[in-house]
Amino acid sequence: MTLWFHNARLIDPDRGDESIGTLSVEGGKITGRDTPCPAGAQSLDCGGKCLAPGIVDMGVQVGEPGAQHRESLRSAGQAAAKGGVTTLVLRPDTDPAIDTPEVLEYVSRRAEARTPVNIRAMAALTRGRMGREMAEIGFLRDAGAVAFTDGDRVVTDSKVLSRCMTYAAGLGALLIGHPQDPGLSDGACATSGKFASLRGLPAVSPMAERMGFDRDMGLVEMTGARYHADQITCARTLPALERAKRNGLDVTAGISIHHLTLNELDLGDYRTFFKFTPPLRSEDDRRAMVQAVADGLIDVICSMHSPQDEESKRLPFEEAAAGAVGLETLLPAALRLHHSEGLPLPLLWRALSLNPARRLGLESGRLSVGAPADLVLFDPDTPLVLDRFALLSKSKNTPFDGARLQGRVLATYVAGQPVYQMERSHA
Amino acid sequence: MAFTQRHLLGIEPLHPVEITTILDLAEDYVALNRSAEKHARALEGMTQINMFFENSTRTQASFELAGKRLGADVMNMAMAQSSVKKGETLIDTALTLNAMHPDLLVVRHGSSGAVNLLAEKVNCAVLNAGDGKHEHPTQALLDALTIRRKKGRLHRLSIAICGDIAHSRVARSNLILLGKMENRIRLVGPPTLMPRGVEDFGVEIFDDMREGLAGADVVMMLRLQRERMDGGFVPSEREYFHRYGLDAEKLAHAKDDAIVMHPGPMNRGVEIDGAIADDINRSVIQEQVEMGVAVRMACMDLLARNLRASRERARLRELADG
Repeated sequence: MTLWFHNARLIDPDRGDESIGTLSVEGGKITGRDTPCPAGAQSLDCGGKCLAPGIVDMGVQVGEPGAQHRESLRSAGQAAAKGGVTTLVLRPDTDPAIDTPEVLEYVSRRAEARTPVNIRAMAALTRGRMGREMAEIGFLRDAGAVAFTDGDRVVTDSKVLSRCMTYAAGLGALLIGHPQDPGLSDGACATSGKFASLRGLPAVSPMAERMGFDRDMGLVEMTGARYHADQITCARTLPALERAKRNGLDVTAGISIHHLTLNELDLGDYRTFFKFTPPLRSEDDRRAMVQAVADGLIDVICSMHSPQDEESKRLPFEEAAAGAVGLETLLPAALRLHHSEGLPLPLLWRALSLNPARRLGLESGRLSVGAPADLVLFDPDTPLVLDRFALLSKSKNTPFDGARLQGRVLATYVAGQPVYQMERSHA
Repeated sequence: MAFTQRHLLGIEPLHPVEITTILDLAEDYVALNRSAEKHARALEGMTQINMFFENSTRTQASFELAGKRLGADVMNMAMAQSSVKKGETLIDTALTLNAMHPDLLVVRHGSSGAVNLLAEKVNCAVLNAGDGKHEHPTQALLDALTIRRKKGRLHRLSIAICGDIAHSRVARSNLILLGKMENRIRLVGPPTLMPRGVEDFGVEIFDDMREGLAGADVVMMLRLQRERMDGGFVPSEREYFHRYGLDAEKLAHAKDDAIVMHPGPMNRGVEIDGAIADDINRSVIQEQVEMGVAVRMACMDLLARNLRASRERARLRELADG
């Protein structure tokens, strides 16, 4: 079936511009830009709304295997489709971890049958994510792993990490690190400063992130590995990141949408839905991070989707689980950066879809002819008050419950097929 | 009435007028406690449950006595040994107790914010008897009452808080309270025991006792909480006592009429010299204990009044709706 989107505000992160135009889609690919309606094509009037490449969400935790009650591949897929996420990049921090080709194949096979969106998996860097022995990086890569990471567990032994990097570099595999000094951050659940001291919470200095990043950069320089920092959240780390890039190291960095839109004061009276790893930072840091995204120093924005059940959040702050669901809130929260901080949409989509796709070697993330027709149609201006119980994710732990957001997904397409369409009653 | 709180979770939410209201009422209870007939009826018919997830003898005894003198039915639950150990969550425990219709819940817990969490889930008044490294409001109030009685005022005093500030909920509540009442606060201790960001609290920071105590009206010592130490905050007890322990020589730098306070239990020879602790001209440590009962009576009395008033409002609303 051929589709012809017209009267669309095309958000093109590759060209870095936006324009009203048309897009033709056939055989799962984009076949034309600003062309007249191909013969026999189904014509879709976008009503001047935004049409952009679907989001490539780098670092999504799904509870399969091990914690299906928190999130299954099916529920994650539905949430992703509703959130305008067309490619889910799974984190390997499952139980068991995705650290063998067999587990990876199991996850891929189940995902195939259950999720309407594209699924790619990252694999563990070390067996069981224990930071001791290397996982089968070669086999896992052949089985389709797009990157290697131990999630938010830091490989503390520098010798182990240097060998992993050397081996991965030989294969050209991408390694994803969690920059954090494990000693300084041990037991911490807040960022050190006045607020954490007033609340009496164990806290970690932002310096721990810089130190972790500096160590990783030393090893990258030594081994020539391809490296992506999962989350850079502190202003203090930015000069080191800038330097690494300037020195020609193959380094990129990401950040979660939560660290771009929330700060430590949101913890308020110990609200555990605002507990993250790393913890939320000061407003100064948050603003520096928004600027770093605007400057292109930080490459990727992701949801860091981490489903947690109610029980693990209904605990005293120190004992509660960290993380939040984010598949369905990533787009409207990211639009806060557009509405409140003035980031242009093409720039935002560079971080949401083009850069992660490029870094992982995927074709998507572009509106160019020949690219996969993974698209999201959205209205950036629709106001909404988020109700966490309306989320499709099995877990409802979002910090945006009751938040006023702006922007709603109207439809999501994967390979030219509609996987989500907003009910008319909402229009 | 100048006290509008539903719970007493910390000093932070209190208005200076509310603090004064508590202290004024506590004065009445000091008089009552010194008389032969120690009974009042403020909590008559009410049930008070003391839930201590951390062991405590002194604070629990003080709350128990305060409740009994006000006529409440008081029950102590030693949570440190109970079903919490069997895996029951804090909220389930709270809901179970809530079903027994207590009116006042006195809670101590090892995690900062645990008492706030509990207060959201129950429909009685909750008193924080210390949560993690967060707050210990009744301790700060009893310290304030002691200072006010000894110094004749609770403002424009120079007050040195000394020792393990970082791990101390007593220090947090005290510096918030004394700050609200417009005193000059000095924190004295080794840099490893200073909380981060403390310079933004509007306090002066010293790591030398002699400088920190110079001209102080009040010297407030803190317990060096050895059980909280992960190890390695200070090199040794004897070095700590030498540099930060309060002895006559260091105390001489404070004002001649400076009073010495300690929340107890004391480590004699670690943070305070035994001779100072026992000096009836300087040490007000025993008086602090006495003020503790009175202050807790005042807090529970005020919370009970608010609880009764809110129940009465709910009843009238029901009548109006019905």
